[in-house]
Amino acid sequence: MENEEEKKVKKPSVLKEFLTRRKTQKWIIVISFLIVPMFLLIAFTYLPFVDMVKYSFMKWDGFSTKKSWVGLDNYLEVFTRPEYLKVLKNSIYYFVGSLIQIALALFFATVLNAKIKGGNFFKGVIFFPSLINGVAVGMVFLYFYKGGGTLDTILTALGADPEQLPLWLGNAAIINFSLVFVSLWRYMGQNMVMFNGAIQSVSGELLEAASLDGANTWQQFMYIILPNIKTVVSLNLILAVKGAISVFEIPYIMTGGNNGSSTFVIQTLNTAFGSRKIGLASAMGVVLLIFIMIVTFIQKHFIEGKRDDYGK
Amino acid sequence: MANKVKLQKQYNDHMAEKAERKARKKKVRLKKLPLTLLKYAVLIFTAAVILLPLVVVFLGSFKGHEEFLTTGVFELPKNLNFDNYVRAFVDGKMSLGFFNTVIILFASIIATVLTGTMTAYIINRFKFPGRGMISNLFLVASLIPSITMQMSVFQIINKMGLFNTRWSTILLFAGTDIISIYIFLQFLENISYSLDESAIMDGASYFKVYRKIILPLLKPAIVTVIIIKGVGFYNEFYTPYLYMPSSDLAVISTALYKFTGPYGSQWEIICAGIVITLLPTLIIFLLLQKQIYAGMTQGSVKE
Repeated sequence: MENEEEKKVKKPSVLKEFLTRRKTQKWIIVISFLIVPMFLLIAFTYLPFVDMVKYSFMKWDGFSTKKSWVGLDNYLEVFTRPEYLKVLKNSIYYFVGSLIQIALALFFATVLNAKIKGGNFFKGVIFFPSLINGVAVGMVFLYFYKGGGTLDTILTALGADPEQLPLWLGNAAIINFSLVFVSLWRYMGQNMVMFNGAIQSVSGELLEAASLDGANTWQQFMYIILPNIKTVVSLNLILAVKGAISVFEIPYIMTGGNNGSSTFVIQTLNTAFGSRKIGLASAMGVVLLIFIMIVTFIQKHFIEGKRDDYGK
Repeated sequence: MANKVKLQKQYNDHMAEKAERKARKKKVRLKKLPLTLLKYAVLIFTAAVILLPLVVVFLGSFKGHEEFLTTGVFELPKNLNFDNYVRAFVDGKMSLGFFNTVIILFASIIATVLTGTMTAYIINRFKFPGRGMISNLFLVASLIPSITMQMSVFQIINKMGLFNTRWSTILLFAGTDIISIYIFLQFLENISYSLDESAIMDGASYFKVYRKIILPLLKPAIVTVIIIKGVGFYNEFYTPYLYMPSSDLAVISTALYKFTGPYGSQWEIICAGIVITLLPTLIIFLLLQKQIYAGMTQGSVKE
């Protein structure tokens, strides 16, 4: 530091040289540090995006050199052929499932917020499924739902007639309920841990005072906890909408989208890699992206804008 | 004298109030006893619902084929028989799956941490034309769900000659991960410039500042990213499934997924495969519970 100032007084040219050297060094570091991340960002996010939009106006099988422009035909097909949009109705099952999931997560987050014996054990058990490999989850529940499997055994033990039990994954009227339960089993704990973190920022003294005044847990929840964690809850509701639109892994692994359990993403990927209609699949991808962008826009404007009451 | 009486009275009042509060607390607790019991009943029921599907898989994994077919799912295995594990590991190629998973996990986590910290360092510490645009490009990218673009990503991976190589998955894991950049950026915002500045005054190069000051300071954020991404990459199914169909390149997820084909009727082997897949996750969870809770909350809020 002192040296620097001495030089400044004696030889301004040295300082100038030092500064230009710094400037060159700055550009060297900026460029060399950003070149790889920018390359990856462009190659695997922006280029695919541009390509997808381009393909969505084309007819192409993904292999041949023969590509032809077809204008809006692919989009017309997505919106007019019922089998493509029909699967979106399956998203409703998952959305309703996530509402139940959020309610349960709020319940357990509140219950486990109070000091109770074994609280950590229960928290761990409820949370652990969200860490499990999706393929393993799928297999666990194939075993759970299979004929004579875990669920059938339990129901038989409870007095159900084994002959009368339905095929949990073979019956189109039931399959989506079965799959939504898997999703609930898997992700409820993750919501619970997020809510738990938010609830911990609610003053414990306030809750204790309320408890001494005779407020029951329900009243404490409605009038103290919920108003304080509103933002996290609404954020989770938005994530639930996004999740419901883009359900993929569990039904793909467990049923391959058969028996009426297909989803829009499964349909898109099957169109691309099964029927090799890259153009049509791209149009579906664009449509899905627009749906998700609308939800994201709502999230950014109506929820994250009000993030002040979040506590952090 | 009057003063003393007053004091005495105050003291008595105070004690009475204290006793009353204590009694009220006890009464409240007593009134809440049935509710507390109900709470435990619900918690135990939920824990059972969550654990049962896993426990039966564990029991099944020790049974021989005949035994599996003739006993109920809740019946304990006659003896601890590890044959299914050996078959899952060797014939089911789960050992190969672990090998590939470890390589890919290691490479992609190093790449994610390096590119993430480098990007965050540049965006947070330097002012240069185009900085705002670059940081916006990353922000917008984090909003695009990559599963919707696989048809065009596939063409690019194919053109780069990376189809059916480990590089495809490593590059896609590291290249499409924006959340870690945000975790690093957020962390850097709370670290003052004073350390960097004094090092620069001492003549340290910018690279040295990154290497000797920024990276060590980012350590807690790096731990968070390693945990979130480690779990995420270990569990990822579709990327390796789509880009590395060759059976020599199976990772844990895809090796287990293939079990449904040849072992479709041999559930005891599938059960062993599930337990093998689960075990590393369980161990990591038991060891790093606190960090995982913190990391998962942080990571998912940012999505």
